[in-house]
Amino acid sequence: MTAPFGRRLCEVGENRPSGGYRVFSLLDREGPEPLPGQFYMLAAAEHWAGAGERPFLPRAISVAETAPAAAGIRLDFLVEGVGPGTDRLCALEPGEGVWVTGPLGNAFSTPREANPGAAGAILVGGGIGVAPLALLRRRFAERNVPTRVLLGFRNEQHSGGLDDLFACCEVRLASEDGHIGHRGYVTDLLAAMLDGDDAASAVVYSCGPPAMLEAVRALCADRDVACELALEAPMACGYGACFGCAVPKPDGTYMRLCVDGPVVRGEQVAEVTHA
Amino acid sequence: MPDFCGIGLEHRVVNASGTYDAIAARRVFGDALLEDFPFAAFVSKTITPEPRAGNAPQRIWETPAGMINSIGLPNKGLEGFLAEDLPQLAELPVPLIVSVMATGRAEFSRMVEAVSLREEVAAIELNVSCPNVHSGLIVGEQPAEAEALLEALRPLTPKPLIVKLTPNVADPAAVAVAAEQGGADAVSLINTVKASALDPASGAPALAAGHGGLSGPAVRPVALQQLRAVLAATALPAIGMGGVSTGSDAREFLAAGAALVAVGTENFRDPRAGFRVASELAEERSGEPRPVSALDLQ
Repeated sequence: MTAPFGRRLCEVGENRPSGGYRVFSLLDREGPEPLPGQFYMLAAAEHWAGAGERPFLPRAISVAETAPAAAGIRLDFLVEGVGPGTDRLCALEPGEGVWVTGPLGNAFSTPREANPGAAGAILVGGGIGVAPLALLRRRFAERNVPTRVLLGFRNEQHSGGLDDLFACCEVRLASEDGHIGHRGYVTDLLAAMLDGDDAASAVVYSCGPPAMLEAVRALCADRDVACELALEAPMACGYGACFGCAVPKPDGTYMRLCVDGPVVRGEQVAEVTHA
Repeated sequence: MPDFCGIGLEHRVVNASGTYDAIAARRVFGDALLEDFPFAAFVSKTITPEPRAGNAPQRIWETPAGMINSIGLPNKGLEGFLAEDLPQLAELPVPLIVSVMATGRAEFSRMVEAVSLREEVAAIELNVSCPNVHSGLIVGEQPAEAEALLEALRPLTPKPLIVKLTPNVADPAAVAVAAEQGGADAVSLINTVKASALDPASGAPALAAGHGGLSGPAVRPVALQQLRAVLAATALPAIGMGGVSTGSDAREFLAAGAALVAVGTENFRDPRAGFRVASELAEERSGEPRPVSALDLQ
């Protein structure tokens, strides 16, 4: 599946708070339905490298949910304002235009594709990284893939998606400040689950901050459990042109995360380092 | 139809080397890329004699109206390029310009000879922003080095040799004149402007390499001035580039005397930017020029 060639203008449907984050939706009249794990390059049509000096480059944002709409498809994005680009996206108003390129990158595979003997999936999300797992969880539910969801957040302010994107499913939670669920890391929950499980029967799917992903990768590698990680890297273009999103491979060379990822198998990366 | 060094082109907009990977873009966008190819000629990423992995991340950093990059020329090396990439690039519907770099005259000669032998290649761009291993001097920063390199390469190919000029010199026109005397057919400018950024959180250099090159609209006035200075000093045709994002930007470079205009960083924001710039340029040319006022004065 290829993306439409070029960027296209999409209209903002709604923009609402989701915990400490925001969810905004775009109406895409042209693009194909995205797969879980794929991302889009997004830039507001107005006040983006216009009056201001930054943001200049579009931002790579994973799609969190999609649904058929009257004249195309609806794309939902979960965002947290952490800089000039995401601040602008958080402030989008209904009816505004957003330049969209995508869907880009590869997608998560099914447990059977990742490991022919796999019986189910464990989804491990941290912070804003829960976004692509929402769409993945729904796809697995539609295919009757047994799926367990573990989500972790730093604190209440840095959390979101629970009351909407993950509202209809059972989720086990962790928070570093203990405001919800287990006090500690989501990887504590994963370690306990893998140790109490027939671990080889699960495939782990994860997205979140680099330290969390590295912990997930190491936990799975130690137990010989297949895992797929959705990584993040600084990315100017999203389609292989800028070579900015280099991620080290075990052989010392680099992959371009935009075209070789963003989903990688655990053994494809040497170590998940700071994005 | 514009002619550049004997190469017939559909319009005057090409890409800057290293800002478009047509092979990756075709994987992402499919054959729509070929049907609506954004550029009148395609300039490859720079290839080097041996494969290079490129620099460790962090490689890019957004800056006001632009970005700094330090990518480190990742490429498959000459043999890998000729065997794997060139056949795919030959499927593009436009003439192909191959960018090459080496750190010594013998290696540079080997690159130019090997690339020139391939009939898919219309012209060769020389990336001279590298040190000569023998003298330790950056070839593109030293008129004498540049002239000597061109004198060595000129007899090796009948194909046009385009010298990519660096802006990081006091007098780019002197380097252009030296390239002309050495036998260059054209120049292209500007390359990126040497630049640094610090990570505000740590105070350490933002890029792993410590510094990089600035591109985007932030450098456009610098590029325009260097283009004017070079064209005042040489009779060579020039590919002008540096922050070109719109048809009116391209029109400025053409008005300053550029034969072609290259789109670079804008490709990252808009995969069809070359097509858009060329279309806007055509529209502007057919209409009356819009009066432009500095600082909105009447």
